[in-house]
Amino acid sequence: MSIKGKAYIAGAFEHPTRLAENKSTAVLHAECAKGALEDAGLSIEDVDGYFCAGDAPGGALSMVDYLGLNVRHVDSTDTGGSSYIVHVSHAAQAIAAGKCDVALITMAGRPRAAGRNGVKPKAASPNIPDVPFEVPFGPTAVNEYAMAAKRHMHEYGTTSEQLAWVKVAASHHAQYNPNARLQDVVNVDDVLHSPMISDPLHRLDCCVVSDGGGAVVVVSPEIAKSLKRPLVRVMGAGESPKGQMGGKDDFTYTGAVWSGRRAFDEAGVTPSDIKYASVYDSFTITVVMQLEDLGFCEKGEGGKFVSDGNLISGVGKLPINTDGGGLNNNHPTSRGGMTKVIEAVRQLRGEAHPKVQVKDCDIAMAHGTGGGLASRHGSATLIMERV
Amino acid sequence: MAATYQPRTMAKPEVYPEHEAYWDAAAEGKLLVKRCEACGEYHHYPRMFCPYCMSEKTKWEETKGTGTIYTYSVMRRGASPYAIAYVTLDEGPSMMTNIVDCDWDEIYIGQKVKTVFKQSGSQDDPGPYVPCFTPL
Ligand SMILES: [Zn+2]
Repeated sequence: MSIKGKAYIAGAFEHPTRLAENKSTAVLHAECAKGALEDAGLSIEDVDGYFCAGDAPGGALSMVDYLGLNVRHVDSTDTGGSSYIVHVSHAAQAIAAGKCDVALITMAGRPRAAGRNGVKPKAASPNIPDVPFEVPFGPTAVNEYAMAAKRHMHEYGTTSEQLAWVKVAASHHAQYNPNARLQDVVNVDDVLHSPMISDPLHRLDCCVVSDGGGAVVVVSPEIAKSLKRPLVRVMGAGESPKGQMGGKDDFTYTGAVWSGRRAFDEAGVTPSDIKYASVYDSFTITVVMQLEDLGFCEKGEGGKFVSDGNLISGVGKLPINTDGGGLNNNHPTSRGGMTKVIEAVRQLRGEAHPKVQVKDCDIAMAHGTGGGLASRHGSATLIMERV
Repeated sequence: MAATYQPRTMAKPEVYPEHEAYWDAAAEGKLLVKRCEACGEYHHYPRMFCPYCMSEKTKWEETKGTGTIYTYSVMRRGASPYAIAYVTLDEGPSMMTNIVDCDWDEIYIGQKVKTVFKQSGSQDDPGPYVPCFTPL
């Protein structure tokens, strides 16, 4: 069974806040749910499936109860920041199997208000099998991605200048987004002269820390066609966890090599068919590696591919993250997958900012990498079309 | 920019029952890895069940304590700088570690390194010794 054509994304909402000092995480989830349902033209009574990940306070049980949902399907799969891309796929599967007709996916959090960042070492969580062999050494989000970047540079000659181009493109897009956390256009030198956080990654190679969240509503074809919104149809999806493989680690590629292939096969399209891509940008290196692994360029050529504005809408061959991405716009609760889906939906509907809207955007991708590139991460790829 | 190793407080690892031999050996300056008698493969981090064939016939083996740097990064922000790394042991598997007792500006991918054990935790609350590496 395939999910191709079996479900539509009818509602999408990105919370406008980037700093939520006076709101609880639960309230943010509720505001996102309401926003996405209003966008779709549906009400809370229509929801019969609910999806959330680790950011949902109290998990699915608390959230279903809190939101007052009456659902017949729940899914709280957590693959880090890529969870919400997985959720769209799982919602499509559930809809195709008749388990629900209106699936609500929410995510939200407030790491910025809580003073968290990617520099603090991970906490020593009990019972996790890998933690005792890692936590003494101080793994963080940034130094894990830095280790992947260092090895990629070693094997393929990728440079800091090339990584900087990913940030430059994000900043060009973010200048048109009034909600973006960072709106100033930067150049390659600005990135290279920003403080070194964990070499080779500078501060401007890192995503923002922001509060907020988002939600999407995935529905059956019958319901989608009864609504007034442009039709965004799910074409294909793939997911794939990747880890250390018992010590045979290779941090020069991501799980996108598998999730991308599965999504393209199911959708029946190739990278050259993709008019717009949301590509997870926790760090600049993440984008370079994913673009290679998804097949937008040869392995090792990602640095060249992203250079010279090739990712800037209206300038380059592959516009990505036209909202400004995690690097400039928003990386709510340090999980970027939801905003990746939302901007792809905007592009397919023709509702992106006119300055960044891709012409004739009929096929788009949202791809995420959640977790650590130099330990364990979950890749997820979603391909959608405008019909 | 401080590029030379300085001591820092390393978080204490939780000791699970199946890893007591590993931490006991570390306290004596020995690095153990697990090897599977069913499929012959080494693995790290150590498990009771082999991650390649699910066999329970995994046995501790003492390593030579030498390897090469697979990748590393010097964290400049935070309480004190440190160099996180993956070292590929001469026996085969790679492991997360820290590079210590050296000038971090001089280290490089492919460099030969050997184990140095550092005690985790603090003076008031000491933890197990953990395997770090320094250039040969
Ligand atoms: Zn085995």
